[in-house]
Amino acid sequence: MERLTLDATVSKPLSFDLRQTSLRQVNQFLHRELTAGQTVQIAHPDGAHSLAVGLTVPAEVNVEGHVGYYAAGMNQQARVTIRGNAGPGVAENMMSGRVHVTGFASVSAGASAHGGRLIIDGDAGLRCGISLKGADIVVGGSVGSFSAFMAQAGRLVICGDAGDALGDSLYEAVIYIRGEAKSLGADAQFEEMRDRDYEALHELLSEADLTHDPRSFRRIASAKQLYHWNANAQQDY
Amino acid sequence: MPSLNPQPSTHLEASAGYDHRIISYIQNAAAHGLYEIRGLGAKRRLPHFDDLVFLGASLTRYPLEGYREKCTTKTLLGTRFASKPIELETPITIAGMSFGSLSATVKEAIGRAATEVGTSTTTGDGGMTPEERAASKTLVYQCLPSRYGFNPDDVRKADAIEIVIGQGAKPGGGGMLLGQKINPRVAEMRTLPAGVDQRSACRHPDWTGPDDLTIKIQELRELTDWEKPIYVKVGASRPYNDVKLAVQAGADVIVVDGMQGGTAATQSVFIEHVGIPTLAAIRQAVDALMEMNVKDEVQLVVSGGVRTGADVAKALALGADAVSIGQGVLFALGCNSSTYIQQGEAHSAEADYAQLGTAPGYCHHCHTGLCPVGVTTQDPILEQRLESDVGTRRLKNYLQTLNMELTTLARACGKQNVHHLEPEDLVALTIEAAAMARLPLAGTDWIPGT
Repeated sequence: MERLTLDATVSKPLSFDLRQTSLRQVNQFLHRELTAGQTVQIAHPDGAHSLAVGLTVPAEVNVEGHVGYYAAGMNQQARVTIRGNAGPGVAENMMSGRVHVTGFASVSAGASAHGGRLIIDGDAGLRCGISLKGADIVVGGSVGSFSAFMAQAGRLVICGDAGDALGDSLYEAVIYIRGEAKSLGADAQFEEMRDRDYEALHELLSEADLTHDPRSFRRIASAKQLYHWNANAQQDY
Repeated sequence: MPSLNPQPSTHLEASAGYDHRIISYIQNAAAHGLYEIRGLGAKRRLPHFDDLVFLGASLTRYPLEGYREKCTTKTLLGTRFASKPIELETPITIAGMSFGSLSATVKEAIGRAATEVGTSTTTGDGGMTPEERAASKTLVYQCLPSRYGFNPDDVRKADAIEIVIGQGAKPGGGGMLLGQKINPRVAEMRTLPAGVDQRSACRHPDWTGPDDLTIKIQELRELTDWEKPIYVKVGASRPYNDVKLAVQAGADVIVVDGMQGGTAATQSVFIEHVGIPTLAAIRQAVDALMEMNVKDEVQLVVSGGVRTGADVAKALALGADAVSIGQGVLFALGCNSSTYIQQGEAHSAEADYAQLGTAPGYCHHCHTGLCPVGVTTQDPILEQRLESDVGTRRLKNYLQTLNMELTTLARACGKQNVHHLEPEDLVALTIEAAAMARLPLAGTDWIPGT
């Protein structure tokens, strides 16, 4: 396969058209040639899976259109903007950096993400922030059922509503919700908002260019009743 | 006429249905209201490799001379799509066992032994430790449902990636690591507070079903620029279908783990009552590969109760390209031994076993973190009972012995390459084994079910 190389003298944003260049070539370029501070435009993603996965440098990647599964998966340091909708697992297992979806995100957005910020302007589907391990996710709209399932660390901000079983089997992650949750999951509970929550929310909302009043959110965290196997429970939680 | 006196009623008649084991189970359940959680694998009697024997060469076959004539054991895994397949000196590999269930010292010892004999070792739930990476020439990195410690930097450092769908000891279940084994380092790697039970998820967080798996595999390939082999590991329950789906999803290597496979901790009811024996699983997996015409393209690794060189040879003859060993590795390191060696001297561990309510040879208390011989523990004192050099030497000896036994049997069957062993070299000693492995019952042409 032909390998793309970068002319070091080029200073204008680099552009790829996925109708002209294969996904594998684009990803290999992003892995091997991209340097800090560069900006890359990717046109016509047309729902491609695994686009811009595994980036490792603080560069900017702008995707002009809808993407399929795992866009910007396992991201480290890069700022990726998807001007469109994202398929399942956007920014899954992200370690650092920032991923911004201007449209809607499908299921498992930000799954098991360890760090960085994921911002979704629209709604997110089922299991948003599942198994979250330290990243922050801000959803401008609503999230589907089982969001933040078994989330261990990090924060999930929901500006709209949530489906069933929000925060089921939570560990140390915290959820802030502005609207209503259809139901809370096992071991999740509403808690009193404190100053540090308002400060955190203010910062997260500002980062996402959202102007909601932090006082309109409620906090959900773990009741910690499942931290140790409970022999007295009827195992039906 | 005088009648015979009946025998004094000292004859104790045990119940088949309610034997000592079952009575003890019921009484424990009644006393505690808890199910049992334990380590290692199924203890019940199952059709297994012991129920097969080789047909050594005679007039119809020509044997090779003992240890003199060449018999290669080289093994290549991941030849389908990966640009950098794995080359091993032996088909005997080491199964995934987590840092957390095992100490960092033990993981390092395993890596060193594997490197010395030219085989691969595998990470586990909880991620990759630097010690393990440094010690292991060839390291397979597991992508598990929990994603504890899963890090793209480690993916890139690995030599292959294994997507774990399930485990033979508990297909359909996730791992358990009870709070007493979660020291600060383990906790940090898993992003959880120290001392909290870790119930690993039983489903992957970002995909569901075989169609998604295809795309997940593609993502991992894109991340690693299509260099690294991708394994898919399934616990043996429906291996015929699972293997076909994994092949379809694009796996380079498929690992099938039978119900005798071990675990660090899970419910006993799971270990003994879920999944099918390794012997039955191999045949189904091979059938699936043959029907898809990928037997030479996709490699099959078999695990679950592989203990001896004979077991390895039989697995290969049935169609495996390699085997993977977990519990045998632990026993080689000293698990269930009555003594441990520190600074060249043997010390008795009997009292520590007794304190756990068990004895050498019977212990399955890995879940407690109080391993009397320092293998499955994070306790800083107990951990010292397994010195890295001692563990490395013992494990290397064990793997070397298995390899020698494997080649001995292959030569006896006239094979210059252990991968040339074939089902025709085997017969079964029991009807059950014959039916599961689809081999003739010894001394007959009868293959049950055909």
